[in-house]
Amino acid sequence: MSEWWTYSLTDFLLFSPETYARLFLRYNEAVWPGQLPVLAAGLLVLILGWRRHPLLPRAALTLLAFGWAWTGWAFHLQRYASINWAAVWFGAAFFVQAALLARTALLTSASADGRRGVPFGLGMTLLAVALLYPLLALLTGRPLAYGEIVGLAPDPTVLATLGILLMTVPSLRGLLLVLPLAWCATSGATLWAMDAPQAFILPIAGLLTLLLLRRR
Amino acid sequence: MRITPDRRRFLQGLGVLAATPWLPRATWAQGSASRRVIPSSGETIPAIGLGTWITFNVGDDRAAREECAAVMRAFFAGGGGMIDSSPMYGSSQAVVGDALAKLGPMPALFAADKVWISSGNAGPRQIEESRRYWAVPRFDLLQVHNLVSWQDHLKTLQAMKAAGELRYTGITTSEGRRHRDFEEVMRRETIDFIQVTYNPLDREVEERILPLAADRGIAVIVNRPFRQGALTRRLARQPLPGWAAEIGAASWAQALLKFTLAHPAVTVIIPATSRVAHVQENMAAANGPLPDATLRNRIAREVAALA
Repeated sequence: MSEWWTYSLTDFLLFSPETYARLFLRYNEAVWPGQLPVLAAGLLVLILGWRRHPLLPRAALTLLAFGWAWTGWAFHLQRYASINWAAVWFGAAFFVQAALLARTALLTSASADGRRGVPFGLGMTLLAVALLYPLLALLTGRPLAYGEIVGLAPDPTVLATLGILLMTVPSLRGLLLVLPLAWCATSGATLWAMDAPQAFILPIAGLLTLLLLRRR
Repeated sequence: MRITPDRRRFLQGLGVLAATPWLPRATWAQGSASRRVIPSSGETIPAIGLGTWITFNVGDDRAAREECAAVMRAFFAGGGGMIDSSPMYGSSQAVVGDALAKLGPMPALFAADKVWISSGNAGPRQIEESRRYWAVPRFDLLQVHNLVSWQDHLKTLQAMKAAGELRYTGITTSEGRRHRDFEEVMRRETIDFIQVTYNPLDREVEERILPLAADRGIAVIVNRPFRQGALTRRLARQPLPGWAAEIGAASWAQALLKFTLAHPAVTVIIPATSRVAHVQENMAAANGPLPDATLRNRIAREVAALA
């Protein structure tokens, strides 16, 4: 691309905020009542984390693998790709992350972080925020039907992934962080270009995760 | 584009018109955007066209597609002709094609699209794919989008024109990019249209591009007349100045369009919108008086100060 410095983020925005929001509305309508068991599973992981249950790492990583794969297929490829040609690549990246998470859950050991430090607390917080993420729709003046659900939509799924990676010590944690952090930047930039008030959430979560894990 | 207070006043005015039995209700339906001449052929074309960047990229959202079809219906009813799209615009081409299928044959349609792919060899395939989305027998105008691989694509377009598969060729840029290369292509090649950004804040094209277009007999399409809505949103907080009445502008949007239309080199403006009321407002801007050079300078100064 020539004269790339003359482009701003908004030049890459192909759709209106309303079209993007309606994508989630129509998605939620299509998968209803699938949101309920997905949110229940998320709540179960939060409880396992709270109790520091030994099942936490494997259960959480397995559920996340399903969430990334489903989001890659049902959101990116089936829906987002209809308004953003880059979503085909997003879908592929989500499949890769799903495979990495599944491999970690099934073939390698992962344990809950034994220390109740700041990372664990932030992990629990991010997981809780991911579960409450659909409420953001209300804050932006839209009904709950526009809400983005963890395991079904990319942003809360990435938040939950960061949370779990802070709460557990899986092998190859660095590798597992690459795509979630890349999505934090991508989604943050997209939402910022749309003047969305929640644009800062993922970038800040990604930065905090990176800082806390680098300190260890 | 959200409704601004200024636009709201205009729309309320529309409501009053509609509710007044002694006024012809078909004022908008039978209006005609004033026409401009395409220098290379002498053909005339309505001065207000319709852009599809962002506004028509609604994917498979049925309700939004209906709204786009309604916008196109109002556009043609108001005497519109040129609709402009690009393979870069996501689902916009498919949405235009879907709306055309709903509306039925539109003899006034001037189908303008672009080729936007780095490989010159892949150009014909992309053009054919675009044509299928539109479901038109052929495009009236094809442009090389942002000068991407323009040497190869322009050869393709010129061959298509020679073979009768295309009526006009062109090149595009936006927001002032690659103006030097743009000028070079305008001087060296035979093209019918250029597409550039022009509005009271983005006036760089006035210096060289627009005079060169007039000199070379090239028609000019203007994109981003409202800076993607940012300009009208900022101006909405400001009262409409007294000069607006002199040129028959009932809103900032109309004042901005009249400013651009008043440049003698400009052929068509392609504001994009997803609202019927806005397309009607835009179409009406082509009617009535246009600002002279003195007033245009004043508009540019005041808009720059206010925005």
